Order: sequence, then C-alpha cells, then structure tokens
Amino acid sequence: MMKRTFAAALTSATALSGTAALADLNLYCSAQEEWCQIMEKSFEEATGIDVAMTRKSSGETFAQIQAEASNPKGDVWWGGTGDPHLQAAEEDLTEPYVSPMRDQLHPWAIAQAESAGDKTIGIYSGALGFGYNSEMLEKAGLPAPACWEDLTKPEYKGMVQMANPNSSGTAYTTLASMVQMFGEDGGFDYMKRLHANINQYTKSGSAPIKAAGQGETLIGIVFMHDAVATTVAGFPVVTVAPCEGTGYEIGSMSIIKGARNMDEAKAFYDWALSKEAQDLALQVNAFQVMSNVGATKSDKAPDLASIKLIDYDFKKYGSSDERKRLLSKWDTEVSTLPQ
Amino acid sequence: MRTVSLEQTTHPVLIFWIIAGWVGYCILPWYGVEGFWSFEWLVDGWPLDDDYAPAAVLVGVGQKLWLAPMLLALAAPLLVLGRRKTDPLYAQVLIAAGGFGFAWLVAQGLGIGLRGFTAEWLTTLFGTLDDRQFGMGYGAMVTASAFLFLFTHGIAARGAINGDVFVTSAIGGVIAVVTIFVFFPITKMLLAAFATDDGGYSVLGFFPKFFDDRIWGLDCLSGGRCGVAWNSLLLAVLVGVLTTLLGLAFALVLTRSGFRYKRLLRALTVLPIITPPFVIGLAIILLFGLSGTVTTSLAAMFGVEATRWIYGLPGILIAQLLAFTPIAFLVLIGVVEGVSPSMEEAAQTLRANRWQTFRTVSWPLMRPGLANAFLLGFIESMADFGNPLVLGGNFDVLSTEIFFAIVGAQYDQSRAAILAVVLLGFTLGAFYLQRFWLGRKSYTTVTGKGDAGVHPPMPNGLAYPVYAVVALWSAFTLVVYGMILYGSVVQLWGVDDTLTFKHYLTAFRIDWTEDGLRWTGSAWDSFWTTMTIATLAAPLTAAIGLITAYLLTRQTFAGKRAFEFGTMLSFAIPGTVIGVAYILAFNVPPIEITGTGLILVISFIFRNMPVGVRAGIASMSQLDKSLDESSLTLGANSWQTFRAVILPLLRPAILAALVYSFVRAMTAISAVIFLVSARYDMSTSYIIGRVENNDYGLAIAYSTALIFVMLAAVGLLQLLVGRTRIGRRTSHGEIH
Repeated sequence: MMKRTFAAALTSATALSGTAALADLNLYCSAQEEWCQIMEKSFEEATGIDVAMTRKSSGETFAQIQAEASNPKGDVWWGGTGDPHLQAAEEDLTEPYVSPMRDQLHPWAIAQAESAGDKTIGIYSGALGFGYNSEMLEKAGLPAPACWEDLTKPEYKGMVQMANPNSSGTAYTTLASMVQMFGEDGGFDYMKRLHANINQYTKSGSAPIKAAGQGETLIGIVFMHDAVATTVAGFPVVTVAPCEGTGYEIGSMSIIKGARNMDEAKAFYDWALSKEAQDLALQVNAFQVMSNVGATKSDKAPDLASIKLIDYDFKKYGSSDERKRLLSKWDTEVSTLPQ
Repeated sequence: MRTVSLEQTTHPVLIFWIIAGWVGYCILPWYGVEGFWSFEWLVDGWPLDDDYAPAAVLVGVGQKLWLAPMLLALAAPLLVLGRRKTDPLYAQVLIAAGGFGFAWLVAQGLGIGLRGFTAEWLTTLFGTLDDRQFGMGYGAMVTASAFLFLFTHGIAARGAINGDVFVTSAIGGVIAVVTIFVFFPITKMLLAAFATDDGGYSVLGFFPKFFDDRIWGLDCLSGGRCGVAWNSLLLAVLVGVLTTLLGLAFALVLTRSGFRYKRLLRALTVLPIITPPFVIGLAIILLFGLSGTVTTSLAAMFGVEATRWIYGLPGILIAQLLAFTPIAFLVLIGVVEGVSPSMEEAAQTLRANRWQTFRTVSWPLMRPGLANAFLLGFIESMADFGNPLVLGGNFDVLSTEIFFAIVGAQYDQSRAAILAVVLLGFTLGAFYLQRFWLGRKSYTTVTGKGDAGVHPPMPNGLAYPVYAVVALWSAFTLVVYGMILYGSVVQLWGVDDTLTFKHYLTAFRIDWTEDGLRWTGSAWDSFWTTMTIATLAAPLTAAIGLITAYLLTRQTFAGKRAFEFGTMLSFAIPGTVIGVAYILAFNVPPIEITGTGLILVISFIFRNMPVGVRAGIASMSQLDKSLDESSLTLGANSWQTFRAVILPLLRPAILAALVYSFVRAMTAISAVIFLVSARYDMSTSYIIGRVENNDYGLAIAYSTALIFVMLAAVGLLQLLVGRTRIGRRTSHGEIH
C-alpha cells in the first residue's frame, strides 16, 4: 500500500506539473538564515541546479513535513537538531540513503545515521554548555561558574535561565544529558536544585543566551556554539564548557520520502557532506563542529576534543516514548516545585 | 414598480452564470495549472493535453467519467430560459440543477483524490478506482461558482428574501467561501483533538486531556501557578477593558474637544498597529527589563534592587495595550463620530447639563462600539503570540502553548487542538456576552433627517481625566517609538551605541550597474512579496467583510446566528492553528494551494475579514433603515441601495477594514510562518529569522522601514477612500 502511495505521489509530481514548484530542488533549511542562504547559493554555483530554500526551525519544519506527508513539497531537509530528524525517520517520513561521501565523516555522524536506518545523517555537532554576562558578573561581584554543579549554588538564585524542555529541543537535550550523566534519580535531583535558581523557562532554545547578552539574566544554558555566536555578535558573553562533561546534539540532514526531485536531493546530500560545503559554516559565524573530517576548524569554535563529551544515546533519548516519559516526569516533579 | 422586473422573462445575470458554467466546463482547464496567474497553458498543448484539458474534453475522450453528471446540471437551466420568474418550474429547475451540480462537484472532489477513492467505504462500495485527480483549477472554480449562483437564483425566484437576487447570491457566496476557507480547515484541525496516539479517534480520550491541571489548575490562589486557561482569560479581559477605555479616550479627544493637533494624535494612535511583531516587546525590555533604562535608573534612585518585574503579566499587558488600543480606537472613532449631535442637542434643550447628556444620551449610543471594541481587544489578546513569547516570562498563555505544542519538542497536535478548543470557548463566550449586553435596543442615530450641529464638548469632570490619560499614553508611545528608531541606527542595541546606517544598507541596498538597477539588499525579496500580497488581500478583505456586515445588519434569513458565528471563527482562533489547519486542508486535492502566494492571500482575507465585519456592523447599526427603505421605494434594487446609499455612509468602516487588512498582512506572523515558502517569503518571517540570529539591528531597521511604508500606505488609503460627511457637521478643531 505504502509503495503504491509513494509511486502515485511521484508520478503525480512528474505527470502533472500541477502545483509543483518551478525549482529543481526544494530545500527545507533549519539552520540560521545566512547559513541557509550561503548553502543555497553555493550549491547552485557548484552544480547549476536551481534551489528554492525555505528556512524554518526544526520543529516547524518537522510539523510541516508531517502535514505534507501525503503530498510532499520538499525534497531535502538540511540542518537543525537531530531529534526531529530521528523522529521523522521513526515515522517513516524520510528516505534511506547511503552517500558515497560517508567514509570522509567523523564516527559520530556515521553512528547516528546507522541508528536511524540511514534515513538521516549528521552534518555538524555542538556541545551543550552555558554562557554568562561578564559585565553583570563583575558588577554583582560573583565568582564565575565553571561546572553544572555551580549553577545550583544559592548565590545564583534567580539568575539562571534555560529553555522549557517541553518546547525546546535544546532544553530537552539538557534534561536527557543530566539523566545520562548523573543517572535518572541524580539527574532529576539536579534539575530540581537547578529549578530553585531558574528565573524563567524560555520557549525558544537560544533565548537564554540572548537574554544574557542583553543583561536580562546572568547565566543562560544553551549550546556552546550559540553562546560563542553571541560573543562574536558583540555581547559581553563568556562561554563555559562544564567541568563534569556534557551532552551534545548532532545537526542532521534527511531526504524527504516521496521527494519530487530525488536525484537532485541526493546530489545536494552528497555535496553537503563535502569539505567545501562544510567550510562555508565559518563564513557565517556558525561555530559547530562539522562532520567532514577534513573541514576547517575555527579558532573561536569550542574545541570538541577539549570538552568532556558523554556517550549520548541518541536512539534511546530521541525516541518519542522516552521523550514523553522524561518530559511528563519533569512536568510533574520539577516544574511544579516552588522557586 | 417591481412588477416590471417580474414581467421580464430572464434575468441577464442568470444568463451570465449559465454561460460561465459552460465556459468553466468546456473551455477552461479543469485542474490546477502551475501558477495561478501564469497563462503558459494557453500555448502548451491546451485543450487536448491531459494536464490542461477542460472537463468536457476529458469526458469526451473517456477519462475522468465522474465529471460527466455535471453536464446534466449545466443543461437543465437552458430549459427554463424562456419562462417567467413567477413560474414555479423556473425556481424548481434552477434549485435542482444548481444544488445537484454543486453537491456533485464537491462530493467528487472530496471523494476522489491523488490515490483514487479517499475513503475506505467508497472503495468497498464501488471497488478500487484506478484513476486519480489533482487539485481543482480555473474550470472547476468557475463551474462551481456558476452552480452556486444558479441555485441562489432559484431560491430567490421562489420568494426567499423578497425575491432579491443580489441578497440571496451574496448570502450564498459568503456562506460558500466561509465554509471552504474557515469551517473546512478548522474542522480538519479540530478532529485532531479527538485523535489518539495510534492514529484513531476517540471521544472518551478527549475529556481527561481537556480537564488537565495544566490548563485549568487554580494553584495560583494558593501560591503556585495557575493553568494557562485562567492566565489567558485574565489577560484578555484586562486587555479588552483597558484598550476599550484608552481607545474611547482618544476618540473623545479627537471628536469632542478643542485639541489642536488632532492629526498628530491620530497618527500616534495608528503607529502601534503598523508595527511588526517583536519590536514593541524588544523596546519594552530595553526600557523596563532587568538592565533596562527605566528599571536601572529607578532602582538607583530609590536604592532598591532591580528586578525582572516586567516578565509576565505586566509586560504582556503593556505590550498588548500598546499594540491593540489602535484597533479599539479605529472601531470607536466611527461610532463616536456617528452619534447624532441632534440627539445631544435635544437633551440639552430639555435642560440636561453636559454631564447628564453624556451619561444618558451619548454613552448609551456608543454601546455597540464599546462592545465591539472590547470583543476585538479580547480576541486579539487571546490570539496574540509575539508579545507573550518575548515578555511572557513564566506566565504561559494559550496561544504560545498551542504554538509550542505543534512546533516544540513534543509535537503534540492533539494537545494543540484541545488548547484551541479552550481558546475558542473563551472567544465565543465573549461574543455571546457582548450580544447579551447590547440586547435588542436601537442604536440608530444617522437618519437622513435634518442633522445639523456639532458634538458638544465633554463635560469637564470627564475631560480632565481623559486628557491626562491621553497625554500620558501618547508620551509613553513616543518614548517606545523613539527607542525603536534609535535601535535601528546604532551598532548593537543596548551594548554598542555608535551611530550607523549599516543595518538599513544591508537590508535595502540598491546598486546601479550596467544592467540597470539591482536590488541587492537582503530584505527586498520578502519586501516585494509582502507588498504584493498585502495589496491583493486588502480590498478583497474589505469587500467580503462589508458585504457580510450588510447581510448581518440589514437582512434576516434562516441561520443568521450560525452565519455570524462562522465569520468570527477564524479571528477567534490563533494564527498558528489556522496555519497548520490550512496546511492540513489545502495540501491535497480538491484544493491544492500550499506553497503558493494564493494561500497567503486567502489566509489574510479570512483572518482579517472579521474586523471589516465588526466595523461594518458597528457603523451600519447606526444607519436608519428608513434610508434603505426610501431608496427601495424609489425603485432602486438592493444592490443599488447598497452601492449608492450604504457604502458612501460606510467610509470610516471601509477605511478601517482596508487599513487593518493591509497592515495585518504586513505585520501578522503566526499563521504566516507555516504558509510561507521559498518563493513567497514574507517580511515578518524574515524579521523573526533575524531576531533569532541576534541580528537585532537589521530586524529593527527593517521594521522601521516597514512602519514608514505602512504610514504612507495608510495616508494614501485615507486619500482614496475620502472622509464621510455625515450631516453638515464640522469638528471643533476646524472651527477654531
């Protein structure tokens, strides 16, 4: 049944030029705007394939792909945190593909692809951490935090901000990392102690570090590359790699099942894993670690080798069952506590 | 007089629709072609190519045979062409043909999709269908309209609405489009509220999810946190009441005082409505946030510690008051102007003092305006999404919860749908409360009888507090906009205050090269798309809104309440839900328009139409029915009456609808974010991309530029529509 559906969708796309877009490749992009644009332009220059790009956050893109499942409009989905990509793979919304570029990649990228039945692949990774506003810290005369444990100290009461794990993938990664680092009981105990210091659970994942930049909070828990980007944008933010070690995300790429331009989608997929394509990140101040082994590293980027990364179990903690369980536990046991 | 038209054998409009039906069926491509406005199909194999063939050709070569029965419905009206309107057969044939044709067209569209039959039971009934069809195109659209209007002609001929063809057709048309673009997508979305995890539907599963503590919890009474439903309700009531009062204060100063700089004040009240989302929120943070100018200086002055007091209810409330007071003002100014001075003069002749006159005459006559202003403020606040996102702190409201239930880490569509049901319940509750308060009284004041005179000034006891409020609020608005303008010309807002124009250059650069002008700024693409879509959507919105208002105030017909409810529905549901509902409903045949500019235009029309309807109703309930009646007695039909009598008196409402829909098309974000595509990106979604990326300067510069563009557009609209001269009134300002 599924196969026929798929074939019908494909033929419908080619037979009836109907409402199919005019471009040769429809790219859904979930990274930052400039990065998406430079990827679009450079791919067009490299291959002559005309690209129509739409930029949306990974959650929105996932919702759109889900809604469009019976009549896909996009071909390839590039960028954005790995969990929605994994979930799309789980829900059979994306197409398995083994790229010839695979031997040039870091092991963590390949491991992620294998865990998802080759339906997605890592293009960059970024470690979780936090950043603080150095001017505020000095004014308040407080010590600089260096570890996760520091964030629960009473002197930072009402000064730490993180996103709400219910709405943000970044915050969910934080929760899942704590559970993996300290065990389920220890992890939740940590979240409870941290809760006492939190001034706000924001909706969006990178909001806490922007608030820190503007002096609206002292500390924001975010991905380290977001903190570095805030510093580079001119804000007085210092990035910290927590001493206990930390979890990380893998920014991913998937081909959408039933893509109308399958060949072009694969061409983009292969190109996006090349060193040339991945070096573009530096031009747009994206400080993630790229998945191609040969990709150039920025001196401003947090060096993944110097950060203690935990062995993050993407398959388990990316699955919707585990996610639902942890989130509802966080909802009932942590978020309801008095602050 | 009327008998003359009855003697005529056939209405020319009927002939037009019969021809339209045949053209749609036999000449135009039946299915959707690439690009609504592209006419490439004319030279690309039409009419024989399968993709572009009209229905008649498809049926003729033995394809898509399910389209054939419509021929009957097209042929039948030809039989009654020679008959009189009073002949019962005339009405019966038209009703049967139009009704059957339309029903069949809809049924085949819904029943047969991309993969043959769309429902299991159709396959069991008729066996597997080895054919399929795509989204409907021009042909289907024209033929469907033809069937619809044949049907309404038939209904009119049977004597409904006094045999008035214009009114029956207008009712039929509005019901059809509202059903397709409001009820249909929302039903699809709400079905998700009953969805279970395994893909089925269950009514029982709905209740535990609906009565969840996170929605209805009352812990805040005992020191904890309350459910989102209560938060939203509290906020919306506060915003509704306060925006109405503020809007009224501005309207009173403009109409009933000797204040000199009315134009300036008017421009000031319009400013917030033309401000793209997030910008007001950012300015408020820079003023009142933990490191904000006001907070830090107050903290230093009084020796207290700066706090994050703005995050939560206070912040959202301030931002929403700034944003929505203009809407209340736009509704109220028409009503306050419309209250007839003769009534107030009558009161004064009867020795009422100015205060008594205001309290017993002017105020009660303003009630429809007050109620409508409150309703709009309430609904806007419920559906607002940008301000709570920036300033909400830990004060969760329904609209953001819905958004993050859909796009957040949980992807819980059914929770989103349930929250949408709660939100809808509140807005409908407010709607009925408003009707209850207005009751069945008459608010007619514009009668066409002698209506000279000017509005008496406000009584002093009222005037001083009103002046104070208006002065304070204007000053505050100016400060906020000063901050925004400043933010667009500094290097990095809040950190590096070096003056620079680089943000404007990045966004709106134009280069002069050998090939001519090159729009190299990064904002141009989304800017032109937005302008085009806003320009297309505004007049359509105003037209549909005012026709609907006319039907609701001037005509009585069965199901009027349900009809009125339907027109308010899309406004009461937050844009996010509309966005997802539109994707679910219009990504597959029979109507396949996602990824086009058309879906953006349509979503704006139906989201903003209620403002046209409300403004129209408020103004029209002040126009005495005797005006219509005298026009009808003099032999005009209802269309002529609408065009020549009602429309000119409705200029304030038309302006309100045009301005509002144009501006909303340029500033709305929540529905848009789901509907934009690579080819059709809108300004707001571009701006949010910049904000997400720490690029505040560019975002604010773009927003500032948009504000000026919209100011110009609003001024232009005002010139085009012109002012209504009701009676021979002049305002006080012009006398002085």
